[in-house]
Amino acid sequence: MIELEALTKRFGAKTAVDNLSFQVKPGVVTGFLGPNGAGKSTTMRMMLDLDNPTSGTVRIDGKHYRDLSEPLKHIGALLDAKAMHGGRSAYNNLLCLAQSNRIPASRVGEVLDLVGLTAVAKKKSKGFSLGMGQRLGIAAALLGDPEILMFDEPVNGLDPEGILWIRNLMKGLAGEGRTVFVSSHLMSEMALTADHLIVIGQGKLLADMSMAEFIHQNSRSFVRLRSPQQEQLKDLLHAEGIAAAALPDSGALEVDGVASEQLGELAARHGIVLHELSPQRASLEEAFMRMTADSVEYQAHAPGAPAAGVGGQAGPADAPAWGAGAEATSKGGR
Amino acid sequence: MSFPAVLRSEWTKIRTVASTVWTLAAAAVVTVGMSALLCVFLNSQFENMPKEQQLAFDPTASSFAGMSLGQAAVIVFGVLVVGTEYSTGMIRTSLAAVPRRGSFLAGKLLVATALALAVGLVTSFVSFFTGQALLGEHSIGIGEPNVLRAVFGAGLYMAVIALFAMGLTMVLRSSMLALGILLPFVFLLSPILGSVDATQKVAYFFPNVAGSRIMQTVPAVLDGSEPPYGPWGGFGIMAAWAALAVVAGYAVLRKRDA
Amino acid sequence: MIEAVGLTKRFGAKTAVDQLSFQVRPGHVTGFLGPNGSGKSTTMRMILGLDQPTSGQVTINGRPFRELGNAQRNVGALLDAKAVHGGRRARTHLLSIAQLSGIPEKRVDEVLAVVGLQDVARRRTKGFSLGMGQRLGIATALLGDPRVLLFDEPVNGLDPEGILWVRNLMRQLASEGRTVFVSSHLMSEMALTADHLIVIGRGRLLADMGTQEFIAHNSAGFARVRAAGNDQDGRKALAAALTAAGGRVLQEPDGALRVTGLELPHISDLAHGVGVRLWELSPHRASLEEAYMRMTQSSVEYTSTEDPRAELWEPDPLALPAWEDGAAAPEVPQDGFFAPPPPGAGGKPFLMPGSAAELAGTAGTAPNNPEDTR
Repeated sequence: MIELEALTKRFGAKTAVDNLSFQVKPGVVTGFLGPNGAGKSTTMRMMLDLDNPTSGTVRIDGKHYRDLSEPLKHIGALLDAKAMHGGRSAYNNLLCLAQSNRIPASRVGEVLDLVGLTAVAKKKSKGFSLGMGQRLGIAAALLGDPEILMFDEPVNGLDPEGILWIRNLMKGLAGEGRTVFVSSHLMSEMALTADHLIVIGQGKLLADMSMAEFIHQNSRSFVRLRSPQQEQLKDLLHAEGIAAAALPDSGALEVDGVASEQLGELAARHGIVLHELSPQRASLEEAFMRMTADSVEYQAHAPGAPAAGVGGQAGPADAPAWGAGAEATSKGGR
Repeated sequence: MSFPAVLRSEWTKIRTVASTVWTLAAAAVVTVGMSALLCVFLNSQFENMPKEQQLAFDPTASSFAGMSLGQAAVIVFGVLVVGTEYSTGMIRTSLAAVPRRGSFLAGKLLVATALALAVGLVTSFVSFFTGQALLGEHSIGIGEPNVLRAVFGAGLYMAVIALFAMGLTMVLRSSMLALGILLPFVFLLSPILGSVDATQKVAYFFPNVAGSRIMQTVPAVLDGSEPPYGPWGGFGIMAAWAALAVVAGYAVLRKRDA
Repeated sequence: MIEAVGLTKRFGAKTAVDQLSFQVRPGHVTGFLGPNGSGKSTTMRMILGLDQPTSGQVTINGRPFRELGNAQRNVGALLDAKAVHGGRRARTHLLSIAQLSGIPEKRVDEVLAVVGLQDVARRRTKGFSLGMGQRLGIATALLGDPRVLLFDEPVNGLDPEGILWVRNLMRQLASEGRTVFVSSHLMSEMALTADHLIVIGRGRLLADMGTQEFIAHNSAGFARVRAAGNDQDGRKALAAALTAAGGRVLQEPDGALRVTGLELPHISDLAHGVGVRLWELSPHRASLEEAYMRMTQSSVEYTSTEDPRAELWEPDPLALPAWEDGAAAPEVPQDGFFAPPPPGAGGKPFLMPGSAAELAGTAGTAPNNPEDTR
């Protein structure tokens, strides 16, 4: 369990993290989202006591980080895959961490095995690819078999197998009842991994809720209908005062704001055969974009939010940005 | 947080990087080698030297003469021990593992300084005996007054200059910056200021100048430029510099974001 | 148009790219997929004339890269975002390239605006974040307004807005009739971006087909069926009818049925036949990730003994555990692990595989045998 209380960090006149309070609970994967410059990294660094908060506190299992006698046994973090000495072998990089927290040296071999680096354990870590560096960082996080794990952009540089592996690793850790806190920019990846979301923008808390709730609150949901009796269905919906949009190429109908259960009952009552009755919800990406739209617009002049530059160019592909999201759903997902 | 665990960890860190071996080996080889060459030269040219210089000849200090160059490698050692934590980003991993800044710093400095001291002592003894063997009839025995102090002092000098370098790097948080300040300071600024009368008194209080007094057994009576402190006084000044650097380094480590 | 014919590259005894022939056509975003060490980067480098093929050739618009008159104007590439002199300012960096290729200075400011770096144009690139470096790399690629574009992991380090932007940019470039060739490890991202895929494994071509076709070819979709009121008897009757008709039926955590092997209209008829009203009947297509895993899995098995060096540098297959375990549990075949999010498709957005416990087991003990998987 990680608890933040009114955590604030100012750099000069700029407030990077603004009165942030939330809890990261055990047993679920909690995703940490926010646009660039939202204060995610600063927050994570303050959680590990690497940055000093201007005010407010972070508690790890009820204690301040600095008061943890052997912190790696409580909390393991992957902040930056490159945060290792490149001139040292993978094994030795982990060994010195293990020794500082009185973790037996045999555990080093175990975690190297777990992340699949056994074969290169004796190699200097500066020759590692980004993906291997990432695995080494993950090994370091797992070293003390901690109850709390933090991962910042864990899939960076991993190949598809690696991505799948880390996703399942995180879910597995949460399944064991551990606290798993993961930040990422990859919405499609987060959608597959996280159960709970904490979203910040400009250092402020925007959302702290379950994934389902988040998507429900921040995106349009609709039901897609397909029927061999298309015209009758249309008439029926019209008669019931339900607005339905026909999709030009596929012959399906889209209905907003009515639950699929109701539509199913309605069709059954009137003896209309349905070949599809699928509730659709937009992607996490779309929900995220809607929620953070304000905080991005606000800083459109800042380097972090250059989307505006493209907006000006509004080409054919730019216009249907939401369309893209929605298409995403039909293409990749359902 | 158990301090012995931190020490073990820091020992692993220091022994598992190549730079430790090559900087300390370079320090030893350069010191012994340069001193030996100088002793051979002095021995052969002794008769041609002016009378005053013959009188003021310090066979002990001559056998450490190479240390003035060898200390560069020790400085590099000290700078890298701390600096690579920052340049590689390891510092974040290290502090996450050992969040008490005091324990972290003390562990690192203790291990590195002890190692520098061990290498420094071995170097100074080897350098002394090699030098004396090569000085022939101009040599001096280790039992003579002040000689043992000077030989020990040379080893201490190595350790304290390393400590000073580590403290300063802790303040600057960058190897490049620390080397860019330390090397010109030791090899340009202090010799230049030391050779000009007006500024000589300032140079006396530089850590390397003050500290090297402990390696001498004969006062520099001839040009009347005797510094206003004895061997241990000089060493004390150097140690004070190192302590100041370490305290400043600790303050930076505590206050600044990693 | 990029065309490779019998492209081969050997490094000593190791064959990194083996008799690779493919075409990347204009007007599409073509994804380039493959596990680490499959030869993707080497192929990219050969396309750009950075590596010399051992045999075979690769041409851009009919000519090898090195013979293209003004390369910058024909081909734009983003290979490594950090391949920029850190001391230079962003604008100066672009300007120096523009001047080399006779591109007007005006274009530099244009591309800076396109990638959204106009405000930091005069800052040194040393201080750039990964995402900003990536944008600068994309600006460099766009500078000569080239007809052919290559991107290697373009969304690295970008935030969600940036990712959306890059995706739209690539589609836009393709819709303008350009050739867009993108390599990436992010399957979910590729599924949204690429309409055509080229997949390689161990240097050999595994697939060259449309994205939808690839998914359909390498994985099975399923239908989610929910009976009205979640009534037990109805569900049982429906499940029996579906099974009798040759479908494979699995139970989902929220009470819905997951049906494979039957078309939606058929399911609808069967439900009607047993008098069960439906509250949901939705088609689910498998994810690109699942399709990709199935395809490359065999390629890994097929050649794993051939290439010990690649194994050294790759994730040890034995340590890539968890999902194979999913397969081992016969009742929830992989779907829990592979299945697309369907975020919000039901009350429960994620099929937390019934396997939290299984997963838990795998996280602690690692190695699974990849051969467990079918």
